[in-house]
Amino acid sequence: MLPDDWRERLRLNWGAVLARARVRTVASWREKSWIIGETVFPFLAMSAFILVYRGLHAPKIYEAFVVLGGAMIAYWNNVLWSMASQFFWEKEQGQLQLYLMAPVSRMSILFGMALGGMIMTTSRAIVILAGGILVYHVPLPLDRALPAFLMFLLTLGAVYSLGMILSSLFLLWGREVWHTATLFQEPIHLLSGFYFPVRALGAVTAGLASLLPITLGLDGIRQILYGKAAHGLIPLVWIPPLQILLLVFFLFLAHRSLALMENLGKREGRLTLRGG
Amino acid sequence: MTARGPAPAIETHRLTRLFKARRRQAEVHALEGVDLRVERGECFGLLGPNGAGKTTLIKILTTLLLPTTGTATVAGFDVVNDPFQVRRRINMVSGGDTSGYGILTVRETLLLFARLYGVPHAEARRRADALMDVTGLGPKADSLLSSLSTGMKQKLNFARAFMSDPEIVFLDEPTLGLDVEAARDIRAFVTRWLEERPERTVLLTTHYMVEADELCGRVAIIDRGQILALDAPRALKRAIASEPVFELQIGTSAAAFEDLREVHGVRSLSHHADLSTGAIALRVAVVEDQVIGEVLGRLKERGAPVLNLTKSEPTLETVFVHLVGRGLEDEDMDGQG
Repeated sequence: MLPDDWRERLRLNWGAVLARARVRTVASWREKSWIIGETVFPFLAMSAFILVYRGLHAPKIYEAFVVLGGAMIAYWNNVLWSMASQFFWEKEQGQLQLYLMAPVSRMSILFGMALGGMIMTTSRAIVILAGGILVYHVPLPLDRALPAFLMFLLTLGAVYSLGMILSSLFLLWGREVWHTATLFQEPIHLLSGFYFPVRALGAVTAGLASLLPITLGLDGIRQILYGKAAHGLIPLVWIPPLQILLLVFFLFLAHRSLALMENLGKREGRLTLRGG
Repeated sequence: MTARGPAPAIETHRLTRLFKARRRQAEVHALEGVDLRVERGECFGLLGPNGAGKTTLIKILTTLLLPTTGTATVAGFDVVNDPFQVRRRINMVSGGDTSGYGILTVRETLLLFARLYGVPHAEARRRADALMDVTGLGPKADSLLSSLSTGMKQKLNFARAFMSDPEIVFLDEPTLGLDVEAARDIRAFVTRWLEERPERTVLLTTHYMVEADELCGRVAIIDRGQILALDAPRALKRAIASEPVFELQIGTSAAAFEDLREVHGVRSLSHHADLSTGAIALRVAVVEDQVIGEVLGRLKERGAPVLNLTKSEPTLETVFVHLVGRGLEDEDMDGQG
């Protein structure tokens, strides 16, 4: 017999978080092609941007922007392809119904995916950062590493919360998932200023882009590490509270959206219907 | 709702489910006023052709689909208003489906799904070992799912459902696509599992009549969303059998049997030569079982050796065709099954 009180429910859901996260972490080390695909190729992409900046004799700080942006891109792509669209793949494989039938919150499954995704993607981010520092001698002021890391964690929280909202929407969008994910990928690579200071987009566009936690977080991390040279868009002191606000708002929205979509799916009979 | 104990395992009251028209498809009434009561400890069979409403009913009972009208309770809990309590007590196997991720091993997959039900790790390992043992997955315990055959994946999917030690298991075509031996193992496991604890319940849907006959204490025949008959397999068969029929194999010429028609209680008699054995096959319909004794006596008087005697029983297949008007394999309705 399963437990009844809320502590036991918490234990049950925490178990689900860890169980789902483990799938991701195990996957990241067992699939050799993934390791190469997730580290070597992104490193090459980053190298291309660095070489372009060098060819243009851009300030050294731009190379640092590329390295930090390259590391953060890994997380955004993970959110899109392994988080937002994951419930769709699970549905197609017939596994979604097993999760939905289990006595755990769907949020804990999503938390598990997020946690596992973060751990899995960190290997790629570390390779990019290490490569940037060791191969291209990009400056990384270690004395500011801790606050930058805290900002990074806050950013991850908000970014993956956004991923949870997308996940619930992708749950019912079905076959268009490839197009939808692509739609969210390239434009956000541009809007987030992964390879340049977002201020270059102009005040209005950059301001709107800052509604994305990845843009805001990258701006904050660059400001913490490189100060005024980072050409920050929003004063640094505003960024942590804004990120916290986004994090809480996205989590709330994800919870509501997931419940709404699940209910809609159960009503329309589309929740476990494959290919739709 | 918190009722326990006397509550039946499954109960539905005037359950309906309508799938609205979508993309030029017609509206489908998958369930129409289904009343069902399955007691604890039962293995209950649900038989019906594709599109009859079996899977729709299971999806509602497993909280994956909302009914349009009517109510359904599982273990005494309402599937719409109290899904958490229902989910704690159930599990499901969809035949032909696989579960888990190619990157995980068989054991890891079972442990993953055990954690979703809060099974302590040591207990989960013990159950995983036991289930791998009975399903023949033991030698593959540390193999990645991606390396398993389809049959092995199906066995794993089956084992997965029992990791949470559910009170009620929904088996939706559990042996679909399995070879004969594997299907037999699965049936034997279900029988043992039910016998271990009296409160355990199975709701089984299957295309295989023999499977339903072997496992189920009661079966419901469902078609076009309605239950047409519900009883023990034997009672259903008896209900359509108007008279007992015996088949005899006799090692002598046909001419000697004509006067058997005159035996009191024999309704009809037919015979033909069995070319493969050279014997005569007799088919005798009688008003009651005892009459066959008189027939055998007459044959003995003539010195006609009876090589074989079998009572021809109607099968569930016969019952099904009688009630539904077509066989299980015949496609009918579109949409949700």
